[in-house]
Amino acid sequence: MTSPTIDRFSITGKLPHAKQKADIVVVGAGQAGVAAAVAAAKGGASVLLVDENPVSASLMGLDTPLYFGGRMTRAVDNKARMIEQVFASDPQLEEAFEAGVEVSLGVYAWGAFQNGPGMAAMPEAAIGLADEERSWMVAYKQLILATGSRDLSLSFQGWDQPGVMGANGLHALIKRYDAFAGNEVLILGSGDLALNTALMVVEAGLKVAALIEVRDTVQGDIGLADKVRGHGIEILTGHVIVSAKGGADGVEQATVVPVGGGDSRTLVCDTVCQAIGVVPAIELFNVLGGKLAVRSDLGGHVPQRTGAVSTALANVLVTGDCAGLGSLDAAAHGRAAAALALAGIAGQAMADEPVAAQAPGLDAHAYHTDWMAALLKVGDDSIVVCQCEEVTRGDLTAVRQPRYLGAPSDVAAKRDINSLAADGPLNQDQFKRLTRACMGQCQARRCREQVALILAQSSGVDVSKVPLAGYRAPVRPLPMSVLAADDEPAALTADWDVWFGIPTQWIPYQDIGSDREPYHIANLTDTI
Amino acid sequence: MSNPKGATVIVVGGGVSGLSAAWWLARSGVDVLVLDKGIVGWEASGRNGGGASHYQSPLFAEEQRLWPLMDEMLGYTTEYQRGKIVLATTEGQLKHYKYVAQMFTEQGSPSHEIDRQEIRERVPMSGDNILGGVHLTIAGQANPQRTVQGYAWAIQDLGGRILQHTPVLRLVSEGGKVVGVETRDGILNCDSVVVAAGPQSASLLAGIGIDLPIAAARAEMIVTEPAPMMAIGAVDGNGLYGRQTKRGNLAYGGGPHEWLDVGPSGPSARPGSPLIRNLTKRLYGLFAKAPSLRVIRSWAGVIENTPDGRPVIDRIDNVTFVTMSSVGFGLSPASGHAVRDLVMDGKCSFADLEKLSLKRFDGLDKDWREQKGWVSRSETL
Ligand SMILES: Cc1cc2nc3c(=O)[nH]c(=O)nc-3n(C[C@@H](O)[C@H](O)[C@H](O)COP(=O)(O)OP(=O)(O)OC[C@H]3O[C@@H](n4cnc5c(N)ncnc54)[C@H](O)[C@@H]3O)c2cc1C
Ligand SMILES: Cc1cc2nc3c(=O)[nH]c(=O)nc-3n(C[C@H](O)[C@H](O)[C@H](O)COP(=O)(O)OP(=O)(O)OC[C@H]3O[C@@H](n4cnc5c(N)ncnc54)[C@H](O)[C@@H]3O)c2cc1C
Repeated sequence: MTSPTIDRFSITGKLPHAKQKADIVVVGAGQAGVAAAVAAAKGGASVLLVDENPVSASLMGLDTPLYFGGRMTRAVDNKARMIEQVFASDPQLEEAFEAGVEVSLGVYAWGAFQNGPGMAAMPEAAIGLADEERSWMVAYKQLILATGSRDLSLSFQGWDQPGVMGANGLHALIKRYDAFAGNEVLILGSGDLALNTALMVVEAGLKVAALIEVRDTVQGDIGLADKVRGHGIEILTGHVIVSAKGGADGVEQATVVPVGGGDSRTLVCDTVCQAIGVVPAIELFNVLGGKLAVRSDLGGHVPQRTGAVSTALANVLVTGDCAGLGSLDAAAHGRAAAALALAGIAGQAMADEPVAAQAPGLDAHAYHTDWMAALLKVGDDSIVVCQCEEVTRGDLTAVRQPRYLGAPSDVAAKRDINSLAADGPLNQDQFKRLTRACMGQCQARRCREQVALILAQSSGVDVSKVPLAGYRAPVRPLPMSVLAADDEPAALTADWDVWFGIPTQWIPYQDIGSDREPYHIANLTDTI
Repeated sequence: MSNPKGATVIVVGGGVSGLSAAWWLARSGVDVLVLDKGIVGWEASGRNGGGASHYQSPLFAEEQRLWPLMDEMLGYTTEYQRGKIVLATTEGQLKHYKYVAQMFTEQGSPSHEIDRQEIRERVPMSGDNILGGVHLTIAGQANPQRTVQGYAWAIQDLGGRILQHTPVLRLVSEGGKVVGVETRDGILNCDSVVVAAGPQSASLLAGIGIDLPIAAARAEMIVTEPAPMMAIGAVDGNGLYGRQTKRGNLAYGGGPHEWLDVGPSGPSARPGSPLIRNLTKRLYGLFAKAPSLRVIRSWAGVIENTPDGRPVIDRIDNVTFVTMSSVGFGLSPASGHAVRDLVMDGKCSFADLEKLSLKRFDGLDKDWREQKGWVSRSETL
């Protein structure tokens, strides 16, 4: 049999093997990831554990990957010191190190790639990593995603100023970085997340201005709520935040009102912490083409699992919060992932536990919807939803073109959310294209969920029906100088063409079939 | 017409080719219905580089005539901008770009070489690695996503209809003539049909005995955060095509593609690859003074090519079909006009399309894809 012809301009055989390899790559050094890495190393595998913390000060300024709200101290500018700080903040990292895990801190996982529908170009499954200087690929046999969760953020008057932040961002700044610049925190929400946030703030020796809850009752554990109240902290149920006001350094006070109307109250605070919810961090799983499920009880869009930690992607396991929020023992969950990864490497079949019936979590979509509804009621259309692209609530529902394109024509001005809804189920990506909401530098971290909530509410559909605005690599914004390949194989350089490398495609029409064809072919045959 | 839900003309495929055709037909007062398997412009038409500069095409003059008028004609913004600069970092590139400039000039778009001083002024982000470049004065770019929606809404404004999420399962013919299309909700009748279903045109046409030789492939692009605005945003070269958007983002593609087998229902996924690092390397080469400009996203699109890389715009009986062979966004205002002419008059009124007819592929070997290596290496698709 003759070997098949290969188009030299195609990607076949062009992508290089990764210079670095590990049996198992674990992304995320939280409870789940560290437990997975330690167990995998103890099982004899070579294990690379990567975590992006400490992230660079410039990314923090973009509220990436967590919603830091500009409330970090200058300490975060010194990345070398921060690496020591982050390492010291978690004794388990030392344990991982001793178990033989290669621990890479301050390293972003920006993409993960393996062959599957639509792609056979990868020479092996590999993850894309980067630090502040360069990017590189690491080949893996098994990938364990333990990427935790992202902050949910919702808009209100004045949310687009320093001092408005998320619960995960606050947790990171206090516990991991020891670099929180605030003193008095107003907390939105009253679920366990909000209650734990309040206790963390108190423990750190800082003040809690109050907790604000739009529903009529406290949403979290009664015992936790009692503890919070024991510190003299008020939980204002049936209330919603109307606005945050401040000066050059951001928030100085916030105004709240009863959801049903009534007298407003102004509370002094320098930080408004949104602890209404967090969202499973599924970026890499989505980039890999993994199948997602919509599970409001697990926090929203989550990987579709075939067991406790396994997915339809045979060599990809998900563990901890990124697999779905809930009352899991994250460490045990991580160890389950390690056991399956080890079995996978040994080529052994191993049954994954069926997904354990978790204690039903908060119905996230219903809760987020209640919050968004209350916020929409007390704020007008001029409130910015997408901070990067300056898209307001009104722009979104009017499907208005961005201001830099000038005023829309008369016919264009008549188009709005109803025009799109009339032509089929709403798709967040269409709004993205037309209004640019979610198209900015923060990679939609601050607006992805609320855009879906606003679209759902403005068109009367359940938010679970609004398709996810997908994630694409790089899942962290990376400078060109960092992402640029420094290991391009000679053949990729030599056979690089601007398009398909089909010379006849570019011969001027009138010269086709004429005696000028050879002249053109000569000029078009080199790679261009 | 037996089925009131059908139309005089049904257009299969709501990419730019089908939408522009429907828009031109609606402008002529024809009762037209566009069917798309998903959302308009979801495939290649919403994922391309937005380049509108195609000297090689018989539609070039019409392309360049129409773009400056499109916002007005559609009633919606396309973000069209005129002018293009191409920069070289190697002698080989420079030689090629000069040839391209010569071709543009010959086709009526005056183009010339620009020196390093002018390059520094026009492209402040470019570095000392740039050897030279060319300025194409009548060439341009637009925003594909906004343009797609503009076509769709303009069709509706003229009384045409669009049905999204409505895949056409097959063309229905009776006595050698297409009488309608079959959808999940039954048959919709029509007097004539336009097939503009991208890579899926082949399987649809095969059903009525027309053999359209095309092969599908996946191509990737990257985009950065907004950069300082350049007066002429369509600056590319260094092995890339692309543009600066009106918001300031740099959106670029180029380099190797991956051949795919795409079934009748279309691609099941449009994954990206680590090739984005190689695209970024070249983009950084083009704008070397912006090392910290961040890449924030990438994407991939699936696109078809004919064996010679040239479009097929043709009509057999009451079936008109169009594939632009991987270069169809920029030409879409003109390709739609041509399709309208074929459907209504049997002949293009403004350009000779003889060399784009299907019959040039008569006698093509059955295994032409294998011979060229234009085949999928994927076992999983
Ligand atoms: C108020 C509050 C109190 C908390 N208290 C505790 C506590 O007492 N003990 C405790 O263990 N946890 C605590 N947490 C965090 C805890 O709830 C974790 O979310 C939970 O333990 C689940 O852990 P995980 O391993 O799934 O994810 P996480 O702990 O969230 O870890 C995920 C890690 O992955 C990293 N990551 C994600 N994506 C990437 C990427 N692409 N590249 C590189 N790195 C990436 C993240 O930055 C993060 O470090 C608290 C959180 C809050 C908000
Ligand atoms: C990465 C990339 C960059 C590019 N850059 C440029 C550029 O800079 N300039 C340029 O001019 N061109 C460019 N192109 C090419 C250009 O995008 C395409 O040539 C053009 O969009 C083709 O439009 P179309 O309408 O013919 O096909 P498509 O956009 O593929 O549309 C076909 C439509 O038909 C629908 N369909 C398919 N099957 C069915 C069915 N059975 N029933 C109903 N509907 C169906 C699909 O859903 C789709 O919407 C690029 C392409 C890619 C992928």
